[in-house]
Amino acid sequence: MGEHVIKLPDVGEGVAEAELVEWHVKVGDLVREDMVLAAVMTDKATVEIPSPVDGEILWLGAEIGDTVAIGSPIVRLKVAGEGNVKAGGGDAPKAEAPAKSAEPKAEAQPSTPKPAPKPANPPARVSPAVAPQAARPAPVSGAPRAEGEKPLASPAVRLRAKEAGIDLRQVPGSGPAGRISHEDIDAFVARGPQLTRATGLARKDGVEDIKVVGLRRKIAEKMSLAKSRIPHITYVEEIDVTSLEELRATLNKDKRGDRPKLTLLPFLMRAMVKAIAEQPNLNALFDDEAGIIHQHEGIHIGIAAQTPNGLVVPVVKHAEARDLWDSAVEVNRLADAAKAGTASREELSGSTITITSLGAMGGVATTPVINYPEVAIVGVNKIMVRPVWDGTQFIPRKMMNLSSSFDHRVIDGWDAAVFVQRIKALLETPALIFVD
Amino acid sequence: MKEISCKLLVIGAGPGGYVCAIRAGQLGIDTVIVEAGKPGGTCLNVGCIPSKALIHAAEEFEKIAHLAGGKDPLGIKVAAPTLELAKTVAWKDSIVSRLNSGVAGLLKKAKVKTVQGWATFRDGKTVEVETETGTQVIRAETVVIATGSAPVELPFLPFGGPVISSTEALALGEVPKKLAVVGGGYIGLELGMAFAKMGAKVTVVEALPRVLSQYDAELTRPVLKRLGELGVEVMTGAKAKGLSTQGQAGKGDALLVETSDGKSAKVAADKILVTVGRKPLTEGWGLEQIDLDKAGKFIRIDDQCRTSMRGIYAIGDVTGEPMLAHRAMAQGEMVAEIVAGHKRSWDKRAIPAICFTDPELVTAGLSPDEAKALAGEIKIGQFPFAANGRAMTKQGEDGFVRVVARADNHLVLGIQAVGQGVSELSAAFGLALEMGARLEDIAGTIHAHPTQGEGFQEAVLKALGHALHV
Repeated sequence: MGEHVIKLPDVGEGVAEAELVEWHVKVGDLVREDMVLAAVMTDKATVEIPSPVDGEILWLGAEIGDTVAIGSPIVRLKVAGEGNVKAGGGDAPKAEAPAKSAEPKAEAQPSTPKPAPKPANPPARVSPAVAPQAARPAPVSGAPRAEGEKPLASPAVRLRAKEAGIDLRQVPGSGPAGRISHEDIDAFVARGPQLTRATGLARKDGVEDIKVVGLRRKIAEKMSLAKSRIPHITYVEEIDVTSLEELRATLNKDKRGDRPKLTLLPFLMRAMVKAIAEQPNLNALFDDEAGIIHQHEGIHIGIAAQTPNGLVVPVVKHAEARDLWDSAVEVNRLADAAKAGTASREELSGSTITITSLGAMGGVATTPVINYPEVAIVGVNKIMVRPVWDGTQFIPRKMMNLSSSFDHRVIDGWDAAVFVQRIKALLETPALIFVD
Repeated sequence: MKEISCKLLVIGAGPGGYVCAIRAGQLGIDTVIVEAGKPGGTCLNVGCIPSKALIHAAEEFEKIAHLAGGKDPLGIKVAAPTLELAKTVAWKDSIVSRLNSGVAGLLKKAKVKTVQGWATFRDGKTVEVETETGTQVIRAETVVIATGSAPVELPFLPFGGPVISSTEALALGEVPKKLAVVGGGYIGLELGMAFAKMGAKVTVVEALPRVLSQYDAELTRPVLKRLGELGVEVMTGAKAKGLSTQGQAGKGDALLVETSDGKSAKVAADKILVTVGRKPLTEGWGLEQIDLDKAGKFIRIDDQCRTSMRGIYAIGDVTGEPMLAHRAMAQGEMVAEIVAGHKRSWDKRAIPAICFTDPELVTAGLSPDEAKALAGEIKIGQFPFAANGRAMTKQGEDGFVRVVARADNHLVLGIQAVGQGVSELSAAFGLALEMGARLEDIAGTIHAHPTQGEGFQEAVLKALGHALHV
C-alpha cells in the first residue's frame, strides 16, 4: 500500500491559481480512476479534476472557496502498490486526517447541495436563537388589564423594557395582580410582539450563513469593481419595434430548415455594429489604472446569460463579420454551452461591449452594470403593446425600452444619447440595418 | 467675558438642577449649572433642611419643657429649659452651609462647571448670566430649566416688617411671643407647631373649613389633637384681611381677620407668617424670550420633561405639583439620562409626601377616595399605634398606618400613616408601591420587632381580614 498525492493540475491559460468550488468526494471515500474529485474555477471557466488512480481518500487539501496554487497538493489517496509518495515523506499534514474524517454535516445545510467535508475551521454558523416551535413559550395567562390601566412592573423591569423599546402595555403579566416580571419580558421578546394567538404565525430568528464561493464570488467581485470604479450614466429610451417584429416573424416563417429561429438579439447586434462604426469609442476597454482606452476594431459582444449557477457572459466574437443568421447561430450555440456549463474560458471572455436581457422578465427599465472594463452595456427590456399617439389617435404598437449604461468617465451623456438614438432609428426602420 | 459653550446647561442648582447636573457629569456630558444663590435651592437653604433643623430643636425643647412640668410619667426631673434661638439658628446655618459645600463638591467631582449669577434667556440656545464680574454668555445644545418656586405673597399682606415668609421664619433672632400663621397647609403647621413648642402663642388662620385640607380628616385628627395640646389656636373658615397697623412695623401689631361667621376679629401678633402656598418661578429669567407653553402657572412638560421648545427641558417646582424636592431630583436624573441618549420616561407610580408636623404625616400613592374613584372596590386596613409596642415605649401612641388595596387582586394602591417618626416609613411605602406589591407580599414580609414598621404589616393583615394584634 502506498500514498498517491494529487496536485492541482495546470488548468491552462497560464493561470497560476484557481479557486476550489466543489468537492465531489470526502475523506474515506473510495474512488476509481477518472472519477471527478473536485471542481476548480479560473476566471469564468470551471475545470473538473479527475482522479488519475483508484484509491481511498485520506486527506483533502483545501476548503471550498480557497484559492489553490497550481501544483499544490489537494488530495492524498491510499492506493494499492507504491503510490507516488515515499513513506513518511509526504508534505500533507497527516495528523489532520482524523480530525477531518467525514463528520457528516448534512443536517443543517439545506443550501449546500452536495455533502462537503467539514473544514478544520468551519465558518461561523449562527445557531437559531430560538429553538424549534415546541419551545415557543405558551401564551401567558396573566390577568387582563383594563383599558388604560397602567401596567404593573417593578422599576427594574420598567427600565429594562424602556431600554429594549418594549411597550409594557402590550406585555401580559404573569405575576400576582398581573405584575410583569423579567420572565414575562423574556417570553414577550421570544414570542415576538405582534404575535396574535389565532394566526399560528411564528417569528423566526435563525440565520443561515452561506459562503460566497466560486462563480457567485466572481460575480460579486466583478460587480463591486464595476460599481465602485465606474460612474455609470444610464439612458433609457423607448423603441417602436412593430416593424422589426413583423420582419422577424416573416423571416422566421420562411426561413430555411437549417437556419435557427431569429430572436431580437441578432437584429440588435447588427444595429450595434452599425452604430459602433460611427462611434467606435463605445467599443472599448478602459484600463483606468494605466489611463488608456483600448479601442477595438473587432466587435466582440458579450451576451449576459442567466445559468443555474449564476450570471455568465459568453461572447460572440467578431460580430462585425457575422451576418444576421450567423449571429443568431452563434448566440444560440453560446447560450446552450453556457447553460450546460461547457462554455470554454475563451468563449466566456474577451468581450468589448455587452448586451444584457432579462427576456420575458425584462421589466420597464433596468440600470445595467457595465461589464468592467468595458465602457458600454445595452439592456433590453420587455416588448409590450402600448398605445402610441400617431397624431390623430392612439394606436397599439409593440414598444420596447432600451436601458443602456455608459462609463461616464470616457463617454459623455451626449455621445451615449447619440448612440442609443442611432440604434433606435435602426431598429424602428429595420431595413436601414441591411443597407450601407 | 468669553462665551461658554456646553452640551447641557442647567438653570438653578436646587435639588432638581444639581442632581441633573451631577448625573449628566457622571454620564460624561459637558455640563454647566447656573445658580444665583447658594447651591441646594429652596430645599437646602430655606426649605426642607433648615425647617427640619428648627423643628428638631423645637421638639427637643418642648420635650424637656414637658419633663420640667412634672407631669411626665418617665420619672425624669429637670429644670425648666431656656432657648437661645439665635444659637439654634446658627446651628441650623452650619448644617445648611455644610450641605452647600457638599453639593458644590459633588458638582465639582462630577466635572460640572458652576457659574454664579442670575441667568436670563436670550434665545432657546443662549443664556446671559449676570455675574459679579460681568455678563457671561453661555451657549448650550440643551437647557434644563430648574428655577423652582417662591412663597406666594398676599396683596393685602405684603412681605416686610412683621409679615414674613417661611424664609424669614427660619432666621428669626428670637421666638416671637405671638405668632399668627396665615395658611394652615403643611408649611404653616410645621413651622407654627415648632414655634408653639418654642413658646410662641400661635394662631393659625385658615380660609378653608379644615387645616391640612389635602389630607383626609381621619389622617389629620392626631395632628389637630396635638395642636390643641400645644395651645395653638386654629381659626378655620377665616380670612386674613390685612394688618391693623397698616404696615407700620412695631409692637402691638395685629392681624385683621374675618371669621367664619362673618365677624371681624383681631389676632394679636408680633410676627405674621404667611404660608399660603408656593408659586412657580416663571418670571425674571426670560421665559418671554422663548415663549414656552404653560399649563396653568407652570411650564408645560411631557413625560420626558420636554417643554414645547426642542432642546429645552424643565424640571421641579416650575413644572407643577407636587412641588417636592424628591420629585425634582427624579426628574433631574431622568433628564440627564435622556440627554445622554438613554431611553427614559416618567413612569413612577408614587411620589411619597411627608408633613413634618407633630405627629408626622406620610402619604404614598392613592388616598381611599382616590382609589375608590379609580379602582372601584377597595380594601382598607388600618392599624393604630396604640396597639404597637414600640410606639408605646416611645410615648407615641397617637396615629395609625392605613393601607388601601384593590379588592379584586389585592394590589396595594396607597399607604398613609400618621404618628411620631413615621416619616422614615415612607421608604417602605414607596418601595411597596413601585414594586407593585400585593397585600400578601407585605403580609409575607417579616417586619422586625419591636418597630413602628410592624404597624405597616399589621395594617395589611387587617385589610386581609386577619390582623393579629388588634
